[in-house]
Amino acid sequence: MADIRNNFVGIKSPNPFWLASAPPTDKAYNVIRAFKAGWGGVVWKTLGEEGPPVVNVNGPRYGAIWGADRRLLGLNNIELITDRDLQVNLREIKQVKKDWPDRAIVVSLMVPCVEESWKAILPVVEETEADGIELNFGCPHGMSERGMGAAVGQVPEYIEMVVRWCKANTRMPVITKLTPNITDVRKPARAAHAGGTDAVSLINTINSITGVDLDSFAPQPTIDGKGSHGGYCGPAVKPIAMNMVAEIARDPETHGLPISGIGGITTWRDAAEFMALGAGNVQVCTAAMTYGFKIVQEMIAGLENWMDEKGHASLDDIVGRATPNVTDWQYLNLNYIAKAHIDQDACIKCGRCHIACEDTSHQAITNMVDGVRHFEVIEAECVGCNLCVNVCPVENCITMEPLAVGVMDERTGKPVSPVYANWTTHPNNPMAKVAAE
Amino acid sequence: MPEGQFKDGIAGGRLPADQYAENFSDLHPPLDHHEALVESDRCYFCYDAPCMNACPTSIDIPLFIRQISTGNPIGSAKTIFDQNILGGMCARVCPTETLCEEVCVREVAEGKPVQIGRLQRYATDVAMAEHKQFYPRAESTGKSVAVVGAGPAGLAAAHRLARYGHEVTILEARPKAGGLNEYGIAAYKSIDNFAQAEVDYVTAVGGIDIQNGKALGRDYQLSDLTRNYDAVFLGMGLGGVNALRADGEDAGGVVNAVEFIAELRQASDLSSLPVGRRVVVIGGGMTAIDAAVQSKLLGAEEVTICYRRGQEHMNASEFEQDLAAANGVTIRHWLQPKRVIAENGKVSGIELEYTAMDGDKLAGTGETLTLTADQVFKAIGQSFVPAALNGSGASIDLEAGRIKVDAEGRTSLANVWAGGDCIFGGDDLTVSAVAQGRDAAESINRALR
Repeated sequence: MADIRNNFVGIKSPNPFWLASAPPTDKAYNVIRAFKAGWGGVVWKTLGEEGPPVVNVNGPRYGAIWGADRRLLGLNNIELITDRDLQVNLREIKQVKKDWPDRAIVVSLMVPCVEESWKAILPVVEETEADGIELNFGCPHGMSERGMGAAVGQVPEYIEMVVRWCKANTRMPVITKLTPNITDVRKPARAAHAGGTDAVSLINTINSITGVDLDSFAPQPTIDGKGSHGGYCGPAVKPIAMNMVAEIARDPETHGLPISGIGGITTWRDAAEFMALGAGNVQVCTAAMTYGFKIVQEMIAGLENWMDEKGHASLDDIVGRATPNVTDWQYLNLNYIAKAHIDQDACIKCGRCHIACEDTSHQAITNMVDGVRHFEVIEAECVGCNLCVNVCPVENCITMEPLAVGVMDERTGKPVSPVYANWTTHPNNPMAKVAAE
Repeated sequence: MPEGQFKDGIAGGRLPADQYAENFSDLHPPLDHHEALVESDRCYFCYDAPCMNACPTSIDIPLFIRQISTGNPIGSAKTIFDQNILGGMCARVCPTETLCEEVCVREVAEGKPVQIGRLQRYATDVAMAEHKQFYPRAESTGKSVAVVGAGPAGLAAAHRLARYGHEVTILEARPKAGGLNEYGIAAYKSIDNFAQAEVDYVTAVGGIDIQNGKALGRDYQLSDLTRNYDAVFLGMGLGGVNALRADGEDAGGVVNAVEFIAELRQASDLSSLPVGRRVVVIGGGMTAIDAAVQSKLLGAEEVTICYRRGQEHMNASEFEQDLAAANGVTIRHWLQPKRVIAENGKVSGIELEYTAMDGDKLAGTGETLTLTADQVFKAIGQSFVPAALNGSGASIDLEAGRIKVDAEGRTSLANVWAGGDCIFGGDDLTVSAVAQGRDAAESINRALR
């Protein structure tokens, strides 16, 4: 049986599934329910400094987009950090940690960007016996207007400075949560690393407007006729998040820096993919908010079954396994040739592969053969783009089949070369690195 | 003497009074808004969609379903009506299981097609509830067209002609318009007087004058029409019913199924409509099923359909056969009527002979079976009655007993078109009649310009 116990920067949990700092972790009641359901840890919803708590809007806080059958694909929220009293939160954290010693409790923090504020909050959090802190440098709405959250996360120098203060003033592990609302995620990650962070977690939510009410012409969610951008999350952001995780994992400057992966994780498979790209564990929010805490049971069993099936004994066997395979486009092998292949037994003849290829790609799929509705790849036209695979409603009906070395590519009339050759040496590349004569 | 269900002979009031409304309620209740969205999500928006190709009126089904899924049911209804102005009735009565839904790729993939018929009903219901008219009439052309018969073919032709600005007069023999939609479909497929609502919706385009009680050959001749109108469209359907060719079929209680169905549709009080205790229906098509199921729903104790060939040869779709079975109708195969047994001039049973294929010919085996029956419905097909048509003037060419037309619906007579069940080569479906009426109207319009 695979061992899925997790040790993330010294914080131990029975599995790598944590709940992210967000509404599901705002109070003891929810967190206890999460632990009962099986979650390995939580990042407690962000605490602010002592004093009157922040206030939230009293209208809708969430917006969404949906796929077929109204499956929630993307969620956006304009809720701020906890609007509960600091002392109440601290008391609850302490009690829950005491009652659930085997689970991870990390406390998310966001206070003004001055050292005194951090010096004030760190000891009181430490006193709860929480396992660590996460610096919320990502919250994209509301708090950023007050110089916190993403306003800090978008300035690498501030990140480094605050991380340094925290490392100087607490013994707790520091996880720096990054905002995706930047152009190059490696810069803030490097800054956090330079400041001495123990880990980064990403992504926080993405600035977004989920919809517009076409009667009132107001963005959604709409508060009394107005809307403000919120933070976008859920399955739709997963590809963006995974790329950012991989960028940090393969950056020589931050290579080896622990990463807690966040962004649209809904199933065990999503979690395994994040971990393969370099995440040491994962944090989940939207999936729990959509389906409830029970989903972790599918995640645990699914991850274990897959690891057993593949012979992976522990999480160390999978974390970062895909990282070396993430490369730059210029290093992709241009001599690799694949062609789409349609399994005629699986084909239900919807014709979407044909029309996608015919209208928008390479005219490489038939729709009629000898007067009969029939969809087949014309290899002489197929560039192997994979669009047909992606639009086919039947799983594994269309597959990309690599041509073996030496086989004639009917499109180019040339045999498949056994040699790896990329753009850097391609004759069409004016910058090609040609070997000196 | 037993009363109600077990009363011998042909009698009404076999069921408790409140049972009738339930028995004759909507066969396929309409999809509500949520159901329509869930179902429309299932459509794959196929290229050159098989459903569309299977539809005799070629409705752009993927497009109308996509319009439902994007919250545009009015646009969806227009997509449907563009091809089929009787899309509302077709959504109710089309044997979708042998047309669009049979070839739906999700039928191929999962055995569960997208419920195209019910989605079509959803969209058309929305538009009709809002009295949304999509087709302004063109400026008057000053041309007039006579349409014989206000059934699906005639209405479809009239609507298209009226749109083009022609003046249309529909001459209908029956007291009401609608044809088989009004007189010939099982009541549970068209509730709430939908056929008349649809006639009103179609004629709301303007320029269509329906004259009821005007029968060709009785009240006017075809030559009157060709003389007084610029063009004539014949869509009078089938007036005759095939005989059993069994001894004693003139006994009391032997009834044409189509007449029973029409009477049921027109009845204001179903509880007073008489039906036999033991009913035998001879035939294997939709009419047989409609008569049998409705007999059962009226309270007949035993209803048996006898068909002279095998199950696989029945014209009634599998869905219709299942519907009959689910309602307690027994379907028996390889039996042909031999003799109606009567007592005191009223039917008391029917003697049937078993049949078998003798090479490629059907033949009686000599073995017989007698079923007790106090009512026998004849549902072995209808025939075209050409007498009225050719009563005067030049005659129109027939083929296999029906009117011969070319690809555009033109008959052998100049300026006379035809469509619907009365022409040769059709399939006796409402939706096909609509297509033929529509296409003939296009041809007429081209000829008149």
